[in-house]
Amino acid sequence: MNTPVQCEISLTVNGEARTVHAYPMERLLDVLRHQLELTGAKEGCGEGECGSCSVLMDGTLVNSCLVPVLQAQGTKIVTIEGLAKGSQLHAVQQAFLEYGGAQCGICTPGILMAAFHLLSETSQPSVEEIKEGLAGNLCRCTGYAQICEALAEAAGHGNASESANGNER
Amino acid sequence: MPVPRKEGRDKVTGRAQYIDDMVMPGMLYGATVRSAVPRGKIRGITFGGGIAWDEFIVVSAKDIPGANCVALIADDQPYLAHDVVNHPEEPILLLAHSNRHALTKAANAITIEYDPLLAVFTIEESERQTEIIWGKDNTFKRFLVEKGDVDAVWAKADYIVEGEYTTGAQEQLYIENNGVIASFDRQRGITVWGSLQCPYYVHKALMKLFALPEDKVRVVQTETGGAFGGKEDYPSIIAGHAALLAMKSGKPVKIVYDRMEDMAATTKRHPSRTRHRTAVTRDGTILGGEIEFVVDGGAYTTLSPVVLSRATIHAGGPYYWPNIRIRAKAVATNAPPHGAFRGFGAPQSLFAMERHMDRIAATVGISPVEIRRRNFLKSGQTTTTEQIIHEPIDLDQLLARAMALADYHAKRQRFREENESPTIKKGIGLAAFLHGAGFTGSGERYLASLVGVEGCADGRVRVLVSSTEFGQGTKTVLCQIAAETMGLPYEDVDIALADTGEVPNSGPTVASRTVMVVGKLVQSAARGIQQALIASGLLREGYSPNELRRACAKYVAEHGVFKSWARYEAPPGIFWDDEKYRGEAYAAYAWAIYVAEVTVDLTTYSVQVDDFVALQEVGKVLHPVLARGQITGGVAQGIGFALYEKVVWQDGRMQNAQMTNYIMPTSADLPPIRVYFEELGNEHGAFGAKGIGELPMDGPAPAIVSAIEDALGIGFNSIPLLPEDIFEAMTGPSRTANNGIALQGVR
Repeated sequence: MNTPVQCEISLTVNGEARTVHAYPMERLLDVLRHQLELTGAKEGCGEGECGSCSVLMDGTLVNSCLVPVLQAQGTKIVTIEGLAKGSQLHAVQQAFLEYGGAQCGICTPGILMAAFHLLSETSQPSVEEIKEGLAGNLCRCTGYAQICEALAEAAGHGNASESANGNER
Repeated sequence: MPVPRKEGRDKVTGRAQYIDDMVMPGMLYGATVRSAVPRGKIRGITFGGGIAWDEFIVVSAKDIPGANCVALIADDQPYLAHDVVNHPEEPILLLAHSNRHALTKAANAITIEYDPLLAVFTIEESERQTEIIWGKDNTFKRFLVEKGDVDAVWAKADYIVEGEYTTGAQEQLYIENNGVIASFDRQRGITVWGSLQCPYYVHKALMKLFALPEDKVRVVQTETGGAFGGKEDYPSIIAGHAALLAMKSGKPVKIVYDRMEDMAATTKRHPSRTRHRTAVTRDGTILGGEIEFVVDGGAYTTLSPVVLSRATIHAGGPYYWPNIRIRAKAVATNAPPHGAFRGFGAPQSLFAMERHMDRIAATVGISPVEIRRRNFLKSGQTTTTEQIIHEPIDLDQLLARAMALADYHAKRQRFREENESPTIKKGIGLAAFLHGAGFTGSGERYLASLVGVEGCADGRVRVLVSSTEFGQGTKTVLCQIAAETMGLPYEDVDIALADTGEVPNSGPTVASRTVMVVGKLVQSAARGIQQALIASGLLREGYSPNELRRACAKYVAEHGVFKSWARYEAPPGIFWDDEKYRGEAYAAYAWAIYVAEVTVDLTTYSVQVDDFVALQEVGKVLHPVLARGQITGGVAQGIGFALYEKVVWQDGRMQNAQMTNYIMPTSADLPPIRVYFEELGNEHGAFGAKGIGELPMDGPAPAIVSAIEDALGIGFNSIPLLPEDIFEAMTGPSRTANNGIALQGVR
């Protein structure tokens, strides 16, 4: 059996060019968390069910626990750390604070990325579109009610569909 | 506008630090080698070839410096099995290595041989006692509640209604798995950081495991990604394991379970079986009855006696029983121990009570609403433990309001007419229930919780409690209570890290006790600061926040540390008899009526909950956003308990220990959850609050199954109720099979 060798992978993370050395099949989630020290994305299940590790890859919402880092070569990644602009929270983050969208907070980074993704695709989502758009992210605390309300509030807000750092396509 | 969550900004920006986000210099990763059999004698352990074993730290029971038992209620559960194993996934060995990827391969290279012993997997097998697996009779605990003369009621009854009801295990499924980091230092002893609910439970357990004095063990809670009871007792085990590895290696050790290990090895809600036999009059009035309640506790005692206690006290529901006998027991099986999960036994016994009320209604020939109305407990009457209800609760009025909010009567009528359609059946159902806040009986007196409030050098105020935040908003509400008590802005009050080295033992964060019991103590400690400043002449009555800040800063400058303490004392007139299980079981109850509306699709046999009304009396709502969040979240878990979440067991092992095949509700599965509060106050709680954390777990399952009965005319008595169960009941050979015991003794 051949021993796998590390390769050099270049990608843009939250608007910054980064280069990492990793085994090609390492999970993007591990590279983000361990090498790039971006621990916002969480591992909840490790099999793409819970969505806690959600990030954007070239504007697409992905479960970073299912993405081999090789696949991220040359892509633009946005994580929860890239959602606010400095101390200015994104509208959906602000709405989460006001509406109680975050309880224990462990699913929150993933849900916020899914919310941000939904708003960038559909600026005025209906209740059904919101429920469908978040159905890939599990939350055990809230019953989703306050998450959906926060998202609806953010959608009504002017800058909700504005891009996050480094998400210009 | 309610105050913002203290740690909210960190949570929405991804900055909040959970245990797996933390790394320590030189840190090793730990793993647990577990039993492959449900019960057996360990014959030998072989460390296979191809592994550089000298690079690994290996810990077995022989490495334990103190007592090899998890200190909780009984001392029957070992940290590491030594000669016998009593359940699948029981810890036997611990491994640590600097490269976490090396651990799996090493663990797989270890072979453990067993002499298998006969094992017991169900309540019924355990009761038969053909194989004794625990104690003398496979029974961890029994309770007997007796009120009046039950034996005399049967002759007076117009109907005697019997039923058997069961509930399955339920996984807490917090999204953050159990995890800790432990370090050991000869001078300072052991420090553990982790995802946990009860720092002082872990503290107590580690002292015993390592035979160390209390100042040589420190436990610090890190941001905790959900718990729901699942991090009440289990963290004592994983913390002990990591600490054993840390002591042997001299390095910090992190153990974080992956999802499969967490689901297979850690606690779940106790499976239960309840039998009811009730004497009622022609008009549906309950004369008396017998309730037999059993939970499957798994292989060791853990928290089962306490879960059983709460289940027993809630078994009679919010109804008046002139005569009752409740026999309850927790039995042993060779499954991983079941433990705390929101509601703590009450969702199980209340499911049975509420389903049984529907059965009584059907027997007598009155509606589910009317049967409840006729039997509600009233202010001044006594509960099954003969506690007089002093609260001014009016359940008739609460019921009427819930019916109106849900448009119950009109909908019930309309569904009846429209259900002629062959494949889509709609129904509406309800549940009435209560939930006692705080520890049961003398529990709070034994706990004697201690709370501090500190005046700081900069004039700010800090709350000192071991009560933990894991989503509910503990930090926020306790700061809000201190701020409001002292007339300070919320922003001026902080809360200390839940670190046993710094905060007093304010008791565990369980049992819906934090806002009511701990909050009340925070109030009293905060008043202590205020009064000390006024008494010392630094502050005048009717002060402004600025004056308080200045006075506080001055006090610290002149006298040094400025802390005020409040310890729990049982209110006068509270009496509880542990022997007879009689008296004031809880200082306060929250009361609720929940209404569920469902559609059953007879093409797929799936159930969709279309609307949900949750109306509850909670004393006082302190923070509307957080309070509502507790209810919506609890209802969602209750919907999962009823319709989705099935633990599949084989030989004591969970077969579906993955999120792929253990299904919890997603945003697309849930109805609008409409939450309404009534507030009657409560002299025992901060600003009149009662506990609400567990309440919403009790009502959804019986309300939903009641609605399904309304839709299909089949009274299901067992949850989880999956499409295949409905399919079988409607198409199988024995259509009445799921209907439990047929009505008996009808005169």
